[in-house]
Amino acid sequence: MAALRLSRVQPRVLESVDLEVAGGEVVFLSGPSGSGKSLLLRAIADLDPQPGKVWLDGTERSSIPAPEWRSRVGLLPAEAHWWAEQVSDHFHFGIDAKGLTVQSGLLERLGFGPEVVGWSVSRLSTGERQRLALARLLVNRPEALLLDEATANLDPTNRERVEGVIADYRVEHAAAVLWVSHDPEQRRRIGGRSLVIRDRRLVPEA
Amino acid sequence: MSLIVLTPWDLALAAGLVLLLAFLSWRLRLGVERRVLIAATRSAVQLMLIGLVLEGLFARISLPFISLLALVMLLVAGWEVMARQKRRYSGWWGMGIGIISMFTSSFSVLILALTVIIGVKPWYQPQYSIPLLGMLLGNTMSGIAIALDSLTRSASEARGRIEARLLLGADWPAAIADIRRDALRSGLIPIVNAMAAAGIVSLPGMMTGQILAGSPPLEAAKYQLMIMFLISAGTGLGSVAAVWIGSRRLFDERQRLRLDRLRCRP
Repeated sequence: MAALRLSRVQPRVLESVDLEVAGGEVVFLSGPSGSGKSLLLRAIADLDPQPGKVWLDGTERSSIPAPEWRSRVGLLPAEAHWWAEQVSDHFHFGIDAKGLTVQSGLLERLGFGPEVVGWSVSRLSTGERQRLALARLLVNRPEALLLDEATANLDPTNRERVEGVIADYRVEHAAAVLWVSHDPEQRRRIGGRSLVIRDRRLVPEA
Repeated sequence: MSLIVLTPWDLALAAGLVLLLAFLSWRLRLGVERRVLIAATRSAVQLMLIGLVLEGLFARISLPFISLLALVMLLVAGWEVMARQKRRYSGWWGMGIGIISMFTSSFSVLILALTVIIGVKPWYQPQYSIPLLGMLLGNTMSGIAIALDSLTRSASEARGRIEARLLLGADWPAAIADIRRDALRSGLIPIVNAMAAAGIVSLPGMMTGQILAGSPPLEAAKYQLMIMFLISAGTGLGSVAAVWIGSRRLFDERQRLRLDRLRCRP
């Protein structure tokens, strides 16, 4: 059970945040744009310096080397960045190359054939990039997931696929999931706690 | 062949040509006449001053004085590297990166040249050490300035890409590897081009100077060759050092990309 616990985490625009997400639990996060949702996820992934403490599975962040921490907490940013020519070049980043073949079922579940790894990144649509960004994150086998609008650019079929993959991953790996989503329907469909940022504070959604 | 001494009248004639250029600029409304005149005056004052300083140094060979001059040259070069950056490292690092990398590259190459290659005695003989250091610093400075500028510009533009790699578990050297490579390449291109064109497109300044001063052209060519090799090595080492320190400074102890450590010049 990889629980995620935050104590006095304080991204720039927010008041200090205390939060616990149990292993296997999903917590939704919403709030107006600019309210600090993405900054909170960045703070947990240790991309921005801030004073608070974060524990994963009982281990405090500062006792884990930063690259290892980031691959264990798995942040999926709203905008996926691709830098090399081929899709496969991005999968070998920081992971064992065989991770990809082991998880080829994952690509299938996201609506891709195995040939997708040989595709050129430039021919991918926005939605395809978003789904592949999730695949590229999951082959790292993160113990927690920080999702920033993971389905924002997807049509209903693919949104369902992504939701299914995340739900199964969460159950199978008992992963704590913190999910920024603006879609109330989605929050209802998936269940779990919903928090909202109001007046710089993180409060339960009424 | 011996050196023909230039009289003030000779220099005045050459200066007259610059005045003509300024006049042309005024007549054609190019708007650079003021800058031409200021630059010409600056170079006249600076070169005469360094000439006087060197005369004094040559007359009385003293390691402390030579070191002092070398230090001043290094500090000015460090300032110049910083001044050429659009995005400067804040605080002491702005000048520090240039100074450290030029010190390690130019000075080590210089000492190697003086002690092993030329074998001059004493090794700090100013007639050799100061002009060599000047040429090394001048060229290393340009290489480092270009490399650092490329590094900070690309890192700022590629923030999303660098952070995407960090998020996939890459450490900082892997996250910025391609940007570092490009920065190094751009720092090295000018000297590589200069080497390739030397002798065909251009007669390098040092060789020209030696020939004018009466050296046999083949000897001048050999000196020029040596200095080009030294400059390439110095620029290469200096750029590697600057890009390494500079890229390290872009990340903190938790390997976060810290673009807030750069100040963007308007």
